[in-house]
Amino acid sequence: MASLHSYLLVSGLLFAIGLAGVVLRRNIIVIFMCLELMLSAANLTLVAFSRFNGKDGLPDYNGQMLVFFVITVAAAEVAVGLAIIVALYRARQTINTEDLTSMRG
Amino acid sequence: MNLAWVLLFLPLIAAAANQLYFKRIAFIASVISVGSVAATFGISLMLLGADKSPEPLRWATVGDFSIEIGITLDQLSTGMMVVVTGIGLLVHVFSLAYMADDSAKARYFTCLSLFMFSMTGIVLASNFIMTFMFWELVGLSSYLLIGHWYQKDSAADAAKKAFITNRIGDFGFMIGILMLWGITGTLTFSEMAVPATVSTGVLGACLLCVFCGAVGKSAQMPLHVWLPDAMEGPTPVSALIHAATMVAAGVYMLFRVQLSIGTAAFDNFAGDTIAWIGGITSLCAALMATQQNDIKRILAYSTLSQLGYMVMAVGLLSGEAGMFHLFTHAWFKALLFLGSGAIIYACHHEQDIWKMGGLLKKMPITGLTFAIGTAALIAVPFVTSGFYSKEEILAAAFTGNKVLFGIAVSVAFLTTFYMTRAFVVTFLGKTRSDNASHAHEVGPMMFVPLVLLAGMAIGSAWLTGPLNAYVPEHEHGHAEGHGLILGASIASLLLGLFAGFALYNGKDKDPVSIPLFRDRFKIDWIYDNIVVKYFQDAFAAIVHFFDEFLINGLVVGGAGRIAEGFGGLFRRVQSGNLQGYAFAFGIGVILVIYLTVF
Repeated sequence: MASLHSYLLVSGLLFAIGLAGVVLRRNIIVIFMCLELMLSAANLTLVAFSRFNGKDGLPDYNGQMLVFFVITVAAAEVAVGLAIIVALYRARQTINTEDLTSMRG
Repeated sequence: MNLAWVLLFLPLIAAAANQLYFKRIAFIASVISVGSVAATFGISLMLLGADKSPEPLRWATVGDFSIEIGITLDQLSTGMMVVVTGIGLLVHVFSLAYMADDSAKARYFTCLSLFMFSMTGIVLASNFIMTFMFWELVGLSSYLLIGHWYQKDSAADAAKKAFITNRIGDFGFMIGILMLWGITGTLTFSEMAVPATVSTGVLGACLLCVFCGAVGKSAQMPLHVWLPDAMEGPTPVSALIHAATMVAAGVYMLFRVQLSIGTAAFDNFAGDTIAWIGGITSLCAALMATQQNDIKRILAYSTLSQLGYMVMAVGLLSGEAGMFHLFTHAWFKALLFLGSGAIIYACHHEQDIWKMGGLLKKMPITGLTFAIGTAALIAVPFVTSGFYSKEEILAAAFTGNKVLFGIAVSVAFLTTFYMTRAFVVTFLGKTRSDNASHAHEVGPMMFVPLVLLAGMAIGSAWLTGPLNAYVPEHEHGHAEGHGLILGASIASLLLGLFAGFALYNGKDKDPVSIPLFRDRFKIDWIYDNIVVKYFQDAFAAIVHFFDEFLINGLVVGGAGRIAEGFGGLFRRVQSGNLQGYAFAFGIGVILVIYLTVF
């Protein structure tokens, strides 16, 4: 069985990939997916801790409860976020973030 | 209400009424001005002998220092007022005829009234602040009147030159006033006294600064250049302002200071400098006058020369002699100028004496009065007023400084010479141009003032008592060296008359040509080409540097640039770039975790 250490490593890697994607990519859909990736990384961490911090052979269910909340909120967030993106695309005809900025700085 | 206040403010009211209501109705404007000056002349005569000064008005108070508008009534001011308003009245009347066809008659009379107000202010002022204010007002009205025909470039330039030259003198004058205030602790003439602790150097420097004002206003060397150019103004103006009254203000002011702080205060290098500047001015101006061809310019240089006499007398501690000469000179020089005005008017604005000639037959009254004025100026003994006052100045120079006495006698000779030249060329011989051949005698409006002034040119020396003029007093009859002075004066007169007649009688063009004198010792050239070009331009460059780089570049622009720099810095943050924000957010989170955990 894999150790807690390996889980956290994978989780950190996922988070880093997600953050890099958010910061570096220009396509707003991809940025959105990277955001989901970061949420998944957080979920993985919670599940891993819940599994390894259990007592009497049972996992700590608090962590798993939190994961469900995160998934629920993330679903709602995706719905709102995608709606915004669609509206934005209709207004500007683009999903490239560089073209979306209207400031001249 | 005291009469003296009416005397001071009546001309101002006249000027204001003309400017505000009668700008377009020249006839009413001229009547108002003449009426006001006639009234002030009457008041001046009534005030003769008055010595009770009215209560001054408090104008501005700062701490325990207050500026007053006050009136001094004493022998000096009441006597001077009669000269100013008397000549002013005759000049106003003369102007009615001389300026009859002028398109800007209303403006002319408004400015004349403004001038009368300013001149009255100088004469009556009870303190130096007031003197200075009216001093500047006189400069302004002189500027306006010289530039009356401003459409002519030469008139506009002359007006500007007079104003700027006077300002240079006035700057020194202002410093002098402040120094005098520092020394005596008061600006009121009647309260001035020099404490014994003041060193001669400080006092002398102070008096020389005050003298700077007189150098400008009374056109002494080296600021004399504006007066001959001021002849661009209408001739009656030249008679009133640039011969009889305003230019005498410098001498008047100096004598007022001499009365206030005592003659002894001038008994140092300041008095010597003043005397020498007066002497040099009178000599140089007389030399320049010998080669001028414009009749008004001859008279202008003669005025310079006579003013030099008066200033010299003040410098030689005989202010009374200077004031006496001022008094007599005012009448006969106004006569000469008005006479030249009549000639110019009759000759259709011809001013070159070589284009006149033979005018005595055509204009006998003008010719005779001009001859009387000339006689007074060249000091024909015993019958003219000029003789007595000039004699006093020669006596002062004789006791004060023998070299200056020599200069004064040679100036007397030169005066006789150039006035003989002017008279012979203008009035005798044959007519040399069409304009002059059509000349005929001027109307009574013009010759009556001439006749009255001619009377004063003869009689003013005997009217000093009733008119409150200053006359030097001699305790033992005649001053020392009287015979020698009289001899020198009569000899220079005869020599000048002889030389003038011998050289110029019957000539059609100038037999003598001295370019140096004609070009006024190249002083104007030096000013134009060296002082204006190098000093003024260099000064302008320095001022420009200060303005452009220090004030505009560093202070004003610097503040702007600092704000702009900060703005530019913060603008980079507000880029509107989504990922930039995300990146900054991520960095921030990491930073917070790092700081809280470790």
